[in-house]
Amino acid sequence: MNDIIGFRPPAPGSQPDNNTPAYGSTRARHPLRPLLAFPHTITEATGPAFSPTHFPPHTDLSVMNGKLAQGERIIVRGRITDEDGRPVPNTMVEIWQANAAGRYFHPLDTHDAPLDPNFKGDGRVFTDADGWYQYTSIKPGAYPWRNHKNAWRPNHIHYSFFGPGFATRLITQMYFPGDPLLAFDPVFKGVPDEAARNRLIANFDLDVTQPEHALGYRFDVVLRGRAATPMGI
Amino acid sequence: MTTLTTTALAATAAQTIGPYWHLIEDPAMADLTRFGANGEVITLIGTITDGDGAPASDACVEIWQSSPAADDKFPGYGRCAPDATGTFRFTTVKPGPVPGRGNTQQAPHIAINLFGRGIMTRLYTRAYFEGDPLNATDPLLGLIDEPARRATLIARPEGANIWRLDIRIQGDNETVFIEI
Repeated sequence: MNDIIGFRPPAPGSQPDNNTPAYGSTRARHPLRPLLAFPHTITEATGPAFSPTHFPPHTDLSVMNGKLAQGERIIVRGRITDEDGRPVPNTMVEIWQANAAGRYFHPLDTHDAPLDPNFKGDGRVFTDADGWYQYTSIKPGAYPWRNHKNAWRPNHIHYSFFGPGFATRLITQMYFPGDPLLAFDPVFKGVPDEAARNRLIANFDLDVTQPEHALGYRFDVVLRGRAATPMGI
Repeated sequence: MTTLTTTALAATAAQTIGPYWHLIEDPAMADLTRFGANGEVITLIGTITDGDGAPASDACVEIWQSSPAADDKFPGYGRCAPDATGTFRFTTVKPGPVPGRGNTQQAPHIAINLFGRGIMTRLYTRAYFEGDPLNATDPLLGLIDEPARRATLIARPEGANIWRLDIRIQGDNETVFIEI
């Protein structure tokens, strides 16, 4: 008897629909057929573990080769828990972002904004035993993206989380408080539930802010929790 | 019994990986044998197309699988950026069967996540192996009645130790995607 426990399904309204017409690129990139319902097995209930030995942390994006990147230096700190409030320890978190001018260090980004020779925009951190992570970066700029007339992405940082199972895998974006572009962004607004959507916005945090050094933001993340019933029952 | 002090909340919402995720790409992650795994080394290859028939060259493909036997040199996880034709390519070992729910057994398979610009969350599917006798009793394949639909999950041999599973996100021959 296999007693591995799967993960609970997403709460209604908490996740965006892959068919989000306001985000034009979803038109040809969402399946038309319904997803196949299949209870989690060992394949979905387990997931990769990453070692800092093979994946060295890179926790300060604001400096390259000893030289400071342009822009407003920020510290982002947060805690990763599951849906029962239990911390997710020693899990790898990957981050990537545009520079302060709103330009990615990427060949496909042709936005007419300057690259910064001292900023690449990739980072990797691991949570500690109590689920906390922290990194230093610069505040990314907004950039245009042609999704609709005069479309601009709000300031955001991309995140990749793993957690304990392939089912807990999460790719998302963190936004900044008070950004007027959020109201016009179909990616952000693609999350139906307003409270769930607003949890993608970091909070300014004076306790994380370091005097004479950097503004601090707090961004907590919740990964899926275990289902109550073992799969074998 | 531990008392939980944090208010329980639903899992954080997903957002698209976007077209610039290559900032975290490491081509070494497409080779799951790089630490010296034991087993039959195979290549898993496939071309991803969207509903317009266009290659999803900016997508992110991830795999997760068992090793044939317990192996601490096998990471189980791989990630690959498709080329300009939308084709991904992993070097890995052929998995063995794994337990299913209850007393069932699952045929050898590789779990696949697909992220990309225009994909808000992720698309999840599996690659099975054509000709494996366990496919006939696999609990997941058994849920798919139409042979043509089932075939979208079955990789076919394409030369020595090369297995191909093309992924069609939308439309004709649309891949069976699985709830996760």
